Amino acid sequence: MNEEVLKRVQSNPKFLELVHKKTSLGWTLTLVMLAIYYGFILLLAFSPATLGTPLGGGVMTVGIPVGVLIIVSAFVLTGVYVRRANTEFDRLNQQIVEEAKQ
Amino acid sequence: MKRWHTPLAATGLALAPAFALAAGAIEGEVKQAATNWHAIIMFFLFVAFTLGITYWAARRTKSASDFYAAGGGISGFQNGLAIAGDYMSAASFLGISAMVFDKGYDGLIYSIGFLVGWPVILFLVAERLRNLGKYTFADVASYRLKQTPVRIFAATGTLVVVALYLIAQMVGAGKLIQLLFGMNYTSAVVIVGVLMVLYVMFGGMLATTWVQIIKAVILLSGASFMAIMVMQSAGFSFEGMFAKAVEVHPKASEIMAPGGLVSNPIDAISLGLALMFGTAGLPHILMRFFTVADAREARKSVFYATGFIGYFYILTFIIGFGAIYLVGTNPSFLDPDGKIIGGNNMVAVHLANAVGGDLFLGFISAVAFATILAVVAGLTLSGASAVSHDLYASVIKKGKANEADEIRVSKLTTLALGVIAILLGIIFEKQNIAFMVGLAFSIAASANFPVLFLSMFWKGLTTRGAVLGGFIGLASAVVLIVIGPTVWVDVLHNEAALFPYKNPAIFSMTLAFVFTWLFSVLDSSRQASDEKAKFEAQFVRSMTGIGASGASKH
Repeated sequence: MNEEVLKRVQSNPKFLELVHKKTSLGWTLTLVMLAIYYGFILLLAFSPATLGTPLGGGVMTVGIPVGVLIIVSAFVLTGVYVRRANTEFDRLNQQIVEEAKQ
Repeated sequence: MKRWHTPLAATGLALAPAFALAAGAIEGEVKQAATNWHAIIMFFLFVAFTLGITYWAARRTKSASDFYAAGGGISGFQNGLAIAGDYMSAASFLGISAMVFDKGYDGLIYSIGFLVGWPVILFLVAERLRNLGKYTFADVASYRLKQTPVRIFAATGTLVVVALYLIAQMVGAGKLIQLLFGMNYTSAVVIVGVLMVLYVMFGGMLATTWVQIIKAVILLSGASFMAIMVMQSAGFSFEGMFAKAVEVHPKASEIMAPGGLVSNPIDAISLGLALMFGTAGLPHILMRFFTVADAREARKSVFYATGFIGYFYILTFIIGFGAIYLVGTNPSFLDPDGKIIGGNNMVAVHLANAVGGDLFLGFISAVAFATILAVVAGLTLSGASAVSHDLYASVIKKGKANEADEIRVSKLTTLALGVIAILLGIIFEKQNIAFMVGLAFSIAASANFPVLFLSMFWKGLTTRGAVLGGFIGLASAVVLIVIGPTVWVDVLHNEAALFPYKNPAIFSMTLAFVFTWLFSVLDSSRQASDEKAKFEAQFVRSMTGIGASGASKH
């Protein structure tokens, strides 16, 4: 990448928009995942009985659906990111790349 | 009730640090089983088919880009399966189902730790890595820094992680194959070593990827079938399945609640850090992001990989619970003392027999063998790339290596790694290697990840900071594991550990980040200011992909 292309991209407001959107989505979702996982670990460390509480009088405990939900949440969060990045961000990126060539 | 308490030496599960489940789960003495013909025939079919693929791949592997990165022609979906395949080792299949069988809910806690690193890799690492690098993660770490020292550091980090992982896999393979196929240990290790060299040397990344994809598909199919049969036995009701398991398990309803796995918060958080960020520092996983065409496909890979890995862990949970009442109560799977034949790690294999008979047992045994092969092939390719691309082409030849020579060096390294892996597998047969995968994850999280992460996100990183901080992370991870309970007490048989925690990541990662920062800000050299100045261009490329290496033409 030469200096000229670099300057053109950096001064393009669309680039600033892309950086802002991509960075904030990436970090927000990272914090959500960290909060879910470390919330779970702290719950296990400090109050294990909570997850062992039986659910609706059967043998099933609260911990089972919580565990499965964490697995599902990891998949859903990646889905949310990929959906936005591969449509909205990539469209914006495409325009930045085109405009840098001119 | 005795049958549930297999001696620790036979399973290693209770003594092993949590990580041992991820790879090389079979520990201690293993008795050779009777020759299992169904398994051997199915395994030969797998080998014949994958060697056919290697032949096909070899004819398409000409350039360095083909060899290291399959020409960038793998799709996001295929790469997602391959990444999931790298992660779903034989040991995580057998080890996690055994853990669920023995401890119930704790097995699920374990799987969750292994999964949650993936979203973070997607949000922070995957697309930047793809936009900046070509073949190895060192391409990214050294992007604006001085090539020689950073490449030497990254190659060291790669080779140490690969070596530890390979030893664990080779020893696990030898023991598992002894159990499943009734073949002796040394010949099993030699077969694994020879086949992995054939795949990598001739078929490069293309063959390695397809072997991994095929294995992932058959493993997921086999595990799905087992989980469906378990659900059928419980009338397709989770409540029914849990009720049957609780009824016969000696720990009764305790298996439905967290047990002792997470008793010490520092160790638990440290383990979580190592799992989460170690995954983002495993060289053989990072390398897979260069096999897709662009950042878009790189993102899709992680989405599919996370889905497949999550699905796989839910299956192993069902399989473990099913085994409690389908295997644990069936006298034909128990020895005269009432213990599981072959140890608790065999419950998934016995369950295959219980729900699908001899033929399906053979199938699952062959899948377990295939899984080991696919994982070691990926590790070997990653180690070979560190030597040929990072050390030979960038450090020795200063980036002016001829492509054909570079590929030749890579192939020779593959051969050398094969020989070394076989020898180490034989040397370590009787050793306690349970700490090795834990160490590999800790080093990946404390050396490779901090340098890679800061090179992408922090303008102030300099060569001096990256190399010194990275080596401090590596050294502290090694030292803290050696003086901690897993090596100092379990391997070296000392009375008490000098360092109280099994998982050092929380300390060694902090040291790596602090010293990388410190040595970078103290670096006022001319070179350091040049390196900082180059960050802007790197940042634009990492965001937009302008100038990123594309897929090769064919």
